[in-house]
Amino acid sequence: MYEENDDILEQVTSSEYKYGFVTDIEADSAPKGLSEDIVRFISAKKKEPEWLLEWRLKAYRQWLNMVEPTWPNVKYPTINYQDIIYYSAPKQKIAPNSLDEVDPELRKTFEKLGISLTEQKRLTGIAVDAVMDSVSVATTFKEELAELGIIFCSMSEAVQEHPELVKQYLGSVVPATDNYFSALNSAVFTDGSFCFIPKGVRCPMELSTYFRINAANTGQFERTLIVAEEGSYVSYLEGCTAPMRDENQLHAAVVEIVSHAHAEVKYSTVQNWYPGDKEGKGGIYNFVTKRGICLGDHSKISWTQVETGSAVTWKYPSVILKGDKSVGEFYSVAVTNNYQQADTGTKMMHIGKNTRSRIVSKGISAGKSHNSYRGLVQVGRKATNARNFSQCDSLLLGDKCGAHTFPYIEVKNNSSIVEHEATTSKIGEDQIFYCNQRGIDTETAVALIINGFAKEVMNQLPMEFAVEAQKLLAISLEGSVG
Amino acid sequence: MIKITNLQASIDEKPILRGINLEIKAGEVHAIMGPNGSGKSTLASVLAGRDHFNVTGGSVEFMGKDLLEMSPEDRAREGVFLAFQYPVEIPGVSTTNFIKTAVNETRKYRGLEPLDAVNFLKMMKEKMKLVNIDQSLLSRSLNEGFSGGEKKRNEIFQMAMLEPKLAILDETDSGLDIDALRIVANGVNEYRSKDNAFLVVTHYQRLLDYIVPDFVHVLYNGRIVRSGGKELALELEEKGYDFIKNEFAVTEEA
Repeated sequence: MYEENDDILEQVTSSEYKYGFVTDIEADSAPKGLSEDIVRFISAKKKEPEWLLEWRLKAYRQWLNMVEPTWPNVKYPTINYQDIIYYSAPKQKIAPNSLDEVDPELRKTFEKLGISLTEQKRLTGIAVDAVMDSVSVATTFKEELAELGIIFCSMSEAVQEHPELVKQYLGSVVPATDNYFSALNSAVFTDGSFCFIPKGVRCPMELSTYFRINAANTGQFERTLIVAEEGSYVSYLEGCTAPMRDENQLHAAVVEIVSHAHAEVKYSTVQNWYPGDKEGKGGIYNFVTKRGICLGDHSKISWTQVETGSAVTWKYPSVILKGDKSVGEFYSVAVTNNYQQADTGTKMMHIGKNTRSRIVSKGISAGKSHNSYRGLVQVGRKATNARNFSQCDSLLLGDKCGAHTFPYIEVKNNSSIVEHEATTSKIGEDQIFYCNQRGIDTETAVALIINGFAKEVMNQLPMEFAVEAQKLLAISLEGSVG
Repeated sequence: MIKITNLQASIDEKPILRGINLEIKAGEVHAIMGPNGSGKSTLASVLAGRDHFNVTGGSVEFMGKDLLEMSPEDRAREGVFLAFQYPVEIPGVSTTNFIKTAVNETRKYRGLEPLDAVNFLKMMKEKMKLVNIDQSLLSRSLNEGFSGGEKKRNEIFQMAMLEPKLAILDETDSGLDIDALRIVANGVNEYRSKDNAFLVVTHYQRLLDYIVPDFVHVLYNGRIVRSGGKELALELEEKGYDFIKNEFAVTEEA
């Protein structure tokens, strides 16, 4: 692996660098570093239409003039954007004909998460798109879904097969220049999932994308776009893992959701990127922009996230409540242990009349970690009778960790009601002893207490994943008490 | 069943138990009485394995095993139950879920299969009658927002579910009105058999009207200073703890 990197390094530093692209177009990885040529390389690799290349280049040029945000309550060494590989395809052949061809390692990790690519599990009715490093390796149930008019495929495929839809919606919720990382993503995004639910269709199964960073020194920049037409419904789940590596890796994804009138999109995340080791070495930098827009009246978008991984997390899944009577929800459990840092929360932007939003955030900090909730509730001038309820609870394990809350409220309409509740508590020795005295050991007791604390959020997860997510919480906190 | 020999314990270097000797056999109910600060609750906590007390001497043998060597959870699984004076609240964890976890962890330790939902429910229904506890209470978060009486009834209910060999009741009567006291005592009496034993820690004689002990011990200044039958409790009630204090204050000096 290291030898390979040395080769790449040599390529980068050699005078033939620029031309390397042409001759090496069939190679698995792009050379390290970011430039217009790299953007062109990715676009060419994906055989993209001209407009998309232009869109990328525009984003790239704007990114060059932007500065990395420093306001999050997290600390990490400066990222060298020239030291990252922006495109890497797994060695296996792209788009295997049958699922048997999917990397067994990948499948094993799937199974751990309760998401399986195997035939028997397919019967449970979860369609899966698997993305490894920069490309989608498999999408299940495609034909079955197509019969209903549902499009569920990789973003690369969508660009080829449904360019008009991609062109219409890409960047419509998160513009390329929205922020530093969304601009970077827009320039170099490699794959992701695309999902389109036509008018009046209720998607009969959970759609799921599974992301995995595999190669070393690689950044993952996926882009997900979900469009729910009028009166449709879809429940979508993403899972993420990465192998353990000593160096930090960057993950900067963008997720966009468009919910038309009377449509509902439920988006659940079980984020388990590698968090780094006990000393804080390695781990993923998870800098993600997720936003949905309730475009039509009576539309609904619900975010549920269980965040246990990553060395540093920076994400605020948000909802723009444009349509009248639209509803936005955000349910979050964020666990940090050892040296992990998380700055996460949501933005609810009330624009339409009678819009409602609900925020339930549960932060659990252990070890020497820091966990921040950052949220913005914005009620615009025309958002008559807008309602928001926010609840932010923090649970501390031990006395070396930190929990922080940064709630922002901006109200420009007198008829709105905004409520905010917050609590901070510690897992008490008394609670642990009480459990011990009933024959429950400390690890089990902590898991029990944590899951009780997070229950309100866990209940929002699709059944199939709730159990796995519970186990994940327990595993993340192993050894943090006692 | 349990043999406590010269048990000594301290907290922050301060001795609390100064040599307790006590043997409890199956089928017996022993009451520990004494004034505030005499070490009654400390004795209960030390037996259950609370780690902020330091055991500085002595031994405790439970069913032939060295109790002090065991972790708190193993003591519980071996059959030592402590009904807490102040039961702890655990938000978000239903009482049912909590007890189910406790029952199955204990069964696992004993090499038994976990109880399935049907059998667990059956067992619960049966034991609920014992302390007149309501299903709706059990689906609420453990002890959260429970009244004093509900908390204590819940303790006895848990005892019935876990079927311990030795149940230690730590001031179970505190904060109970007479009706609640009767219900709790009734639960204890129903569970009482020739195969199990009770150590009832109380400040007042009142509880012992309902849970009639075979032996009463008076704890003072970390030692058992007097032992007798149930009439000893009545004597204490009549004379108050002062006569004990006076009597032993003198010997302490000597």
